[in-house]
Amino acid sequence: MDQDKTEILKVEKLSLNLDGRPILKDLSLSVQTAEIHSILGPNASGKSSLAYALIGCCDYFAQRGKIYFMGNDVTHLPVDKRAKMGLTLAWQEPARFEGLTVKDYLSVGIKGKNDDLIKEALEFVLLKPEEYLNREVDKTLSGGERKRIELASVFAMRPKLAILDEPDSGIDILALDHIINLIKELKKKGTTVLLITHREEVSSISDKTSLLCTGTIVKEGDTEEVGTYFKEKCIPCPTRIYPGAENNEAERKSE
Amino acid sequence: MSDYQLMVNAYAQAGGTPEVFKESKIAHLVVHKNKVIGSHLVKGLILEPKETESGVDIELKIMKGVKIEYPVHLCFGVLPKEGLQEINIRARVEDAAGVKLLAHCVFPNAVKVVHKMMAEIEIGDSAYYEYNEVHFHGETGGVEVIPKARIKIGKNSRLVTNFSLLKGRVGIFNLDYESEILDNSILEMTAKIYGYGHDQIRIREAGRLLGKASHGLIKSRIAVKDNAQSEIINELSACAPETRGHVDCVEIIQGNAQARAVPIVNVTNELGKVTHEAAIGRVDKKQIQVLMARGLEEEKAIDLIVSGMLR
Repeated sequence: MDQDKTEILKVEKLSLNLDGRPILKDLSLSVQTAEIHSILGPNASGKSSLAYALIGCCDYFAQRGKIYFMGNDVTHLPVDKRAKMGLTLAWQEPARFEGLTVKDYLSVGIKGKNDDLIKEALEFVLLKPEEYLNREVDKTLSGGERKRIELASVFAMRPKLAILDEPDSGIDILALDHIINLIKELKKKGTTVLLITHREEVSSISDKTSLLCTGTIVKEGDTEEVGTYFKEKCIPCPTRIYPGAENNEAERKSE
Repeated sequence: MSDYQLMVNAYAQAGGTPEVFKESKIAHLVVHKNKVIGSHLVKGLILEPKETESGVDIELKIMKGVKIEYPVHLCFGVLPKEGLQEINIRARVEDAAGVKLLAHCVFPNAVKVVHKMMAEIEIGDSAYYEYNEVHFHGETGGVEVIPKARIKIGKNSRLVTNFSLLKGRVGIFNLDYESEILDNSILEMTAKIYGYGHDQIRIREAGRLLGKASHGLIKSRIAVKDNAQSEIINELSACAPETRGHVDCVEIIQGNAQARAVPIVNVTNELGKVTHEAAIGRVDKKQIQVLMARGLEEEKAIDLIVSGMLR
């Protein structure tokens, strides 16, 4: 396989059906190392499904296509194997764990349970370790706190590629600047970021942007150019929930 | 090695701290089968054990206004493979008194052991009683545990019970706690059990909120795997104005295990309210995937989630 040396993730003609419905359709993507690459798209365009397929979630194994990570075919590898290679995800809706402390949660991705790394990760997201280490990762934490802890967990893991699924969702406007700074900081520390968002102003920090619509990449390249296209063409566009929806829409109109 | 030393060793295996038995400020009672093999009292605490043919009858009293500073440590056990132990406790916490009890029940070698406990607990007004019970059973599953309690809580008081059986096989377990709560008092009952093999778990915890503005929480966290079975009956009744209650049961099953939850909610006063939530099923798939996305294998992810829930 002739892989570009700087290509960390390559997706070839990926197709994913869920419950018989096409979610991703012949999707191809190339992400280079040491960059922030945005996947920009409207709601229900398949962004989160793409993230789950890339990390290998059990219900999101593609029916067709290939995923290469650092030159290795990971298409059929489970989540933990991909994670051990350095591929992980910060979830849009972080899970809650009764009885597990923040320290327990951050320890999971760290080899050797290094306390200094855990503290550093919390400080990275501007949470005081002394206040959070022993708190449970459960409903007593606010949505914003969970988002930060999720990012801290990714940071602590030091992945090669971090997929951040809508890290800005549920975050107030003041915290948004901070989250954006964290993403830039992740890149500086050597992590390649695949940033998933439906907000053009968030994707504007990217080195490159791919526009996702109805389960396939419809445009990619310069972030400003793709962002302008998204604002002018996609936002006013009638919602298309999944590939083929335009046919359903046509059928509905003909009735 | 003496029975006392063997009991202390088993107590340590169950998670206890043997040093407490040497501490003069801390009251304790150690019972092996029907023999009291260690005891120590502190001021304000009356603890009178009486040996019977099959166990020990215990009178426990906290005098009015006395708050026992350190937890009272109790250790009950049967060291041989076979045996019967019947513990009858009559506990009375007088008005404005308070005590915390930490009981360890150890049956490390049990092949055919029966442990029965009957507690009659009376808590006065403005009083506090906390009873924490930890079991250690060994790996054969040959133990039958039947704890039963009848509890009356006065006004402006608080009762907390925490039961955990997380080390070793459960065997057959049949818990039955009933309580009545008067005005402005609080009841909190929690049970955490991990069953496997052919363990059988049955829990019935019931609270009657009889007094105005009394509150109750009954919480169960159960994990069963292999061929283990569990049935949890949590019952709360709101019988007075401003009473509030909540029943919260989570059971995780793996393998061929079976679990059943029966929340019973009675409200007989229109100003009372009781809510309940119950969830039974395998470990949440998303939780597993989240931990796997940090590099944890599936089995280890499940273990971590279950151990967190039972912590």
